[in-house]
Amino acid sequence: MSTRLSKGGRLIDRAQAVEFSFNGKRLRGFAGDTLAASLLANDQMLMGRSFKYHRARGAVASGAEEPNALVNLGRGAFLEPNQRATTTETFDGLEAQSQNHWPSLEMDIGVVNNALARFLPGGFYYKTFIHPRAAWKHVFEPIIRKAAGLGPAPKEMDGDRYEQAYAFCDVLVAGGGIAGLQAALAAAADGARVMVLEQTPVWGGRAPVDGDVIDGMAADLWVKTAVQALEGMPNVTLRTRCMVAGVYDHGYVLAEDRVADHTPGDGRPKKRLWRIRAKRIVAATGALERPLSFAGNDVPGVMLASAVRDYVVNWAVSPGDRTVIVTNNDDAYRTAIALKEAGLSVPCIVDARAVANGPLPTQARALGIRVETGKGIAKVKGTKRVTGVTLCMQAGEGAGLEDIACDAVAMSGGWSPVVHLWSHCGGKLTWDDAHAMFRPDATRPPISHDGLAMVYPAGAANGALKAAEALVDAALAGASAAWANPIAAAQADMREEAALEPVWIMPQGASYKLRAKMWLDYQNDVKVSDVQLAAREGYESVEHTKRYTTLGMATDQGKLSNINGLAVLAGALNTDIPNVGTTTFRPPYTPVTLGALAGEARGEIFQPLRRSPIHAWNEQANAYFEPVGLWRRPYCFPRGGENHAQAIEREILNTRIGVGMLDASTLGKLIVKGPDAGRFLDMMYTNVMSSLGIGKCRYGLMCNENGFLSDDGVVVRLAEDTWLCHTTTGGADRIHAHMEDWLQCEWWDWQVYVANVTEEYAQIAVAGPKARALLEKLGGMDVSAEALPFMSFAEGTLGGLPVRAYRISFSGELSYELAVPASFGLELWEKLVAAGADLGVMPYGTEAMHIMRAEKGFIMIGDETDGTVIPQDLNLGWAISKKKADYLGKRGQERSYLASADRWTLAGFETLDGSVIPDGAYIIAAGVNANGQGNTQGRVTSTYYSPTLKKGIAMGLIKGGLARAGEVVEFTKLGASPVKARIVDPVFYDKEGAKQNG
Amino acid sequence: MLTLECPYCGVMADETELSPGYEAHLKRYGPGSSDEEFEAYMFARKNPKGVHFERWRHAYGCGKWFLAARDTATLEVFGTYPAQSSAPPQDLQDKIKAKRPDWKGYK
Amino acid sequence: MANPVAPWGNAQFDGFAKVTEIGPLGMITLRAKRDVAGLEAAFAALGLTLPDPRRIVIAGDKAAGWMSPDEYLLILPYGAVNDALASLATSLAGQHHLAANVSDARAVFRIEGDKADQVLKKIAPVDIDTLAVGELRRSRAAQVAAAFWKDGQGYTLVCFRSVAGYMMGLLSHSATSGSELV
Ligand SMILES: [Zn+2]
Repeated sequence: MSTRLSKGGRLIDRAQAVEFSFNGKRLRGFAGDTLAASLLANDQMLMGRSFKYHRARGAVASGAEEPNALVNLGRGAFLEPNQRATTTETFDGLEAQSQNHWPSLEMDIGVVNNALARFLPGGFYYKTFIHPRAAWKHVFEPIIRKAAGLGPAPKEMDGDRYEQAYAFCDVLVAGGGIAGLQAALAAAADGARVMVLEQTPVWGGRAPVDGDVIDGMAADLWVKTAVQALEGMPNVTLRTRCMVAGVYDHGYVLAEDRVADHTPGDGRPKKRLWRIRAKRIVAATGALERPLSFAGNDVPGVMLASAVRDYVVNWAVSPGDRTVIVTNNDDAYRTAIALKEAGLSVPCIVDARAVANGPLPTQARALGIRVETGKGIAKVKGTKRVTGVTLCMQAGEGAGLEDIACDAVAMSGGWSPVVHLWSHCGGKLTWDDAHAMFRPDATRPPISHDGLAMVYPAGAANGALKAAEALVDAALAGASAAWANPIAAAQADMREEAALEPVWIMPQGASYKLRAKMWLDYQNDVKVSDVQLAAREGYESVEHTKRYTTLGMATDQGKLSNINGLAVLAGALNTDIPNVGTTTFRPPYTPVTLGALAGEARGEIFQPLRRSPIHAWNEQANAYFEPVGLWRRPYCFPRGGENHAQAIEREILNTRIGVGMLDASTLGKLIVKGPDAGRFLDMMYTNVMSSLGIGKCRYGLMCNENGFLSDDGVVVRLAEDTWLCHTTTGGADRIHAHMEDWLQCEWWDWQVYVANVTEEYAQIAVAGPKARALLEKLGGMDVSAEALPFMSFAEGTLGGLPVRAYRISFSGELSYELAVPASFGLELWEKLVAAGADLGVMPYGTEAMHIMRAEKGFIMIGDETDGTVIPQDLNLGWAISKKKADYLGKRGQERSYLASADRWTLAGFETLDGSVIPDGAYIIAAGVNANGQGNTQGRVTSTYYSPTLKKGIAMGLIKGGLARAGEVVEFTKLGASPVKARIVDPVFYDKEGAKQNG
Repeated sequence: MLTLECPYCGVMADETELSPGYEAHLKRYGPGSSDEEFEAYMFARKNPKGVHFERWRHAYGCGKWFLAARDTATLEVFGTYPAQSSAPPQDLQDKIKAKRPDWKGYK
Repeated sequence: MANPVAPWGNAQFDGFAKVTEIGPLGMITLRAKRDVAGLEAAFAALGLTLPDPRRIVIAGDKAAGWMSPDEYLLILPYGAVNDALASLATSLAGQHHLAANVSDARAVFRIEGDKADQVLKKIAPVDIDTLAVGELRRSRAAQVAAAFWKDGQGYTLVCFRSVAGYMMGLLSHSATSGSELV
């Protein structure tokens, strides 16, 4: 059984017991435990089920690489699925649930998959997708959906707080083991700004567990001294519980800070995402031990040798009473020695190598441990827990030599440097044959904006696996990264280790039956036999094999399976590992919670909500808002029990017969000034703006260089050298940028300045036959037809407030648009509402505005235009100057197909039955096209029920356009007969303009 | 997530402060140009793997457009310079030529 | 005429730093090249000093900030803007320039306290530790444009009026007690 030892445990505080629950069972641990350590201390070896076969699984590792021990933490609004028990700190009140099982962890129905395993080989998903389709839909998918998947997605909104923060440094050190600390000391020595981030709660990494001696001190003490030295330097920032997730272009680094994961409810953000810009990065990310591939290597109780050592030394937890060691290297002997020193039994060390005579094997033998060389494990016995192993000759086919009873197996297939951060931004790797590992190729580093190396690998991450080498390597990396003078590295006692011997399959000649029980990817259930099958089926590229078999595609991203999988693939393809190459390492190193990525952007500040100065009034008036860009504009103002259609109809009729008010503050307003401003606007607009009289307004069109209509609005001439250009609501920033682009990048010698004053003014449209009467009631400036005729403006006061009044109309009614400094916008609005009470004034929303403009035949950018429409298509030729030699879009419009008579052009449509043509409807033409689809001859662009005309009206583009007026055409209607409509003039209301001009 | 130094305000700007403007040093062809010239102006883009000249705007900063010479594969930035330049500065061209001897020039 | 209204009602938030919406302040956008004749005199006539690139010069209740090579932000009491615009028109008559009142287009916030810097560190991709007193930095505050500078007691931040509510929410979230950057 696994249990807590009576002594030891360098990371736990036995004085601080904590209580937690696992699947509802109340258990006890100690402060300093990981959840995996606490569970093992309570003999809870079984922690989860695998993804595909639902096989019983326990922790195989002790850190971030853990593929099996995934749990749900918390509940309700605080539920977090797929958390690794090996990196979760145990705290008082922690609630964990195992996942991926049904109905229970101990008794899982899905385990029947085991029997079907032969029918679920590599590529199963792809093969099933292909045929038969019906079987997928009705048989496979429902079953797989029930059985598959990891933790459940939380159903409630996340109850925790998250945030992000920016940081800047000269050198970012990822990893707080001895290499990271040594690199930081070197980097900081000359004053560089250094940040050291360590993913676990403790400094020091593996060295203290391995018993290294540095500068004559136990590693623990050296680590403490180094951390104290760094803490004393004002130019150094140290953070634990902070995982460097990814390295991106130009030294951009994302790191996840687990601020309050272990102290929920203390008011701090649960997690903080650091967005760091580092000049250079030191990747001191250590190395991960590799599993060995033998049959049954996934049975709970089979663990990495280093993990077994961690549990014993760090947390005083013994994974088993009797642990068999299986290895291809000397390092695993440390585990045997550690177990023995803790008073536990090690029945045998099974070493695949023919000889093992180095200092560590010698020490192990001296402790009385039996060592079997040239041997392997044929298979592991047990299902929910190891009960024993069968030994075999490593060079053979797996014939059993001897059974050894044990309840744990510690395996070591050698070590792989953690090269992720080196590789994220393109650092290349080289295959180190002696150590059978990929390590960073110093000649091909990822580079930064200056063309120089951006990442410096240090220590084990650079292949310097022994402490003595790692410190020397790290001191150099740290100084190099800071472009600083080198410092002397700390000295670790050198301990000789014999070379490992690569072992990719155990035994070498294992039968299919054994290979089908050798797990490579534990979480996704990919076995040696699956990768070999993929190779036989023609998958030669490692990237294809990965996707076909799902090797390395689980939440652990193949940290344990990557090299073993490559080696098996290489073997199956009869080539070398470097020839197969590696898969691409992509961020994040371990999963980052979505809450941290969202940061503060949720709820009220999910995105900026732009409010007009009148927004608060609109809210109180029960406005139904619609998003227009980031603005919220009132769509309509329902009253009493009105639905939207009723409200819109009332708002329109009230404006047509009385007076209505629209909050038009969001319209873009750009001041264009300078000696060349007129010339500039003549280039920006299709029509002539330089000739506009001072005090006058003119409707203008803007096109892009392709000739397509991009924006429209009323241009006002304020003074001899100053114009004010109105843009659409969505166009303000875009058109401002567009103007600056041309002024800065093309005509930089023209003397023109542009200022965006969109938000300086609230703008209120007062429209309707009683508009003038309302303004006159407010008192102030002369708003008579004589003083202020249509398409002119005047400045003055209304109700004591400074206004600029434009006689422009988008509704077709007598209309004034009043611009007032935004600070007084609400005041003017409220004065108008009060003064207009007896005139029946009512606010109207954007939908009423849209319908009234459609009744009047005015186009709308985004309705009549879609980026493929030129002004000529919309019968706006009158707004295109024939005299001007040039304007943006002129050349584009001269292209043959834009000048063609076959283009669809604007017309109005009246349905014969008065119904409303559906949005997006096409106009049917005779015959079918090459694809057998019905031909079309046009489409609807705006379609409404007109409250004024009491029938459906529409605008649309049709081949031949208004020349076909009177003709009846058919519009498509989904699931119904086509709608018949007559082609008419698109101006449905006040064709002569008597009302707006009045 | 690039960083580019704005030549106007001197800020080493995070990419999130910038907005991209695609290829630099295009010559505008307006009315009177041939179909081929206009097509090249509107649509023909080099899209090289290697040295590229680009327009960027310090949109969240000083608002100015500037030009950048950059390697699209390695992301090395050779330099930035004001948009009011009809050709890359000679010293920048020399620097690029020294670093990328195979480079054929900006045109 | 009633008093002008600050976009977010002069809201306040007390967290580990204090956030206050101030204003409305008088603000003028001045577009002019640095070599325009009379520019320094135009500033002087307003009691202002022409700022160096990326600087803001504060003098009592007035300030002048460098926004770009041809743009300045003049800050003065709200009621003084019209006179200042008239003064600029006189000083720069005949010179190519553009001066516009933008007092109502902006919202202004103060962030104060020992840890005020941390509030900005959470929202702007800017190395706040190296931001000098009197340096005006235009950048991004989370999802919107902002300009800010440091003086003795804290930071002043300017953004567009329409996003004043967003900014207040953002600053408050960032200044919430318990979320100090340690
Ligand atoms: Zn700039």
